[in-house]
Amino acid sequence: MLFFSYFKDLVGREVTVELKNDLAIRGTLHSVDQYLNIKLENTRVVDQEKFPHMLSVRNCFIRGSVVRYVQLPSDGVDIDLLHDATRREARGG
Amino acid sequence: MQRRLDSSSIVDLHQGRSWHYLMKSPEDIYLSTSLDKKLLVLLRDGRKLLGILRSFDQFGAYERVIVSDLYCDIPLGLYVIRGENVVLIGELELEKEELPPHMTPVSEAEIKKGSEGGEGCYGSQGYNEKKDGISGYD
Repeated sequence: MLFFSYFKDLVGREVTVELKNDLAIRGTLHSVDQYLNIKLENTRVVDQEKFPHMLSVRNCFIRGSVVRYVQLPSDGVDIDLLHDATRREARGG
Repeated sequence: MQRRLDSSSIVDLHQGRSWHYLMKSPEDIYLSTSLDKKLLVLLRDGRKLLGILRSFDQFGAYERVIVSDLYCDIPLGLYVIRGENVVLIGELELEKEELPPHMTPVSEAEIKKGSEGGEGCYGSQGYNEKKDGISGYD
């Protein structure tokens, strides 16, 4: 649940989601759920030429199980907060 | 009195019940907002399916096969897709161009010819499961 809460706090920020099929999509984080499925708005594909079928897609739902990376703005990362939350989760979980 | 806890459940404090506000799976939550919208569904095997969700439109669902600059739309009719096979569900804006202008539509026979015998072992549908797909063990 740690990352679910973490991503909920990042709603509204611009992120880049890289999928396991190498497709990378930049967009505004609209919502996330317990499976870490992600809904992005105002999306643009990073390598548009390689993925022509995504040209007119502006909103999408991405299944959590196919995400490789979620790239965040560096000011979206509070390391100390994450450390504390991780230690708490490790103790409790 | 009701208090919303998170995006998917509401607790009815008077009666102490909790129930999921929307449907069971997170994909249902998205799909109910996509009714009658044109969607692009990317599958784990690399295939791209396009269609309008739950309408009685004559076009139904069709598979768009893309091989370099050529594409072909193959009609499929009604498709029910199991969630585990879905990579991405994208909303297609109706007025916008779905593909870059340099791409040319060809017939089904042409696209099958274009996808065989090339590098990277394309299947008969023109998608490369090894290259474009996501295996279950990824």
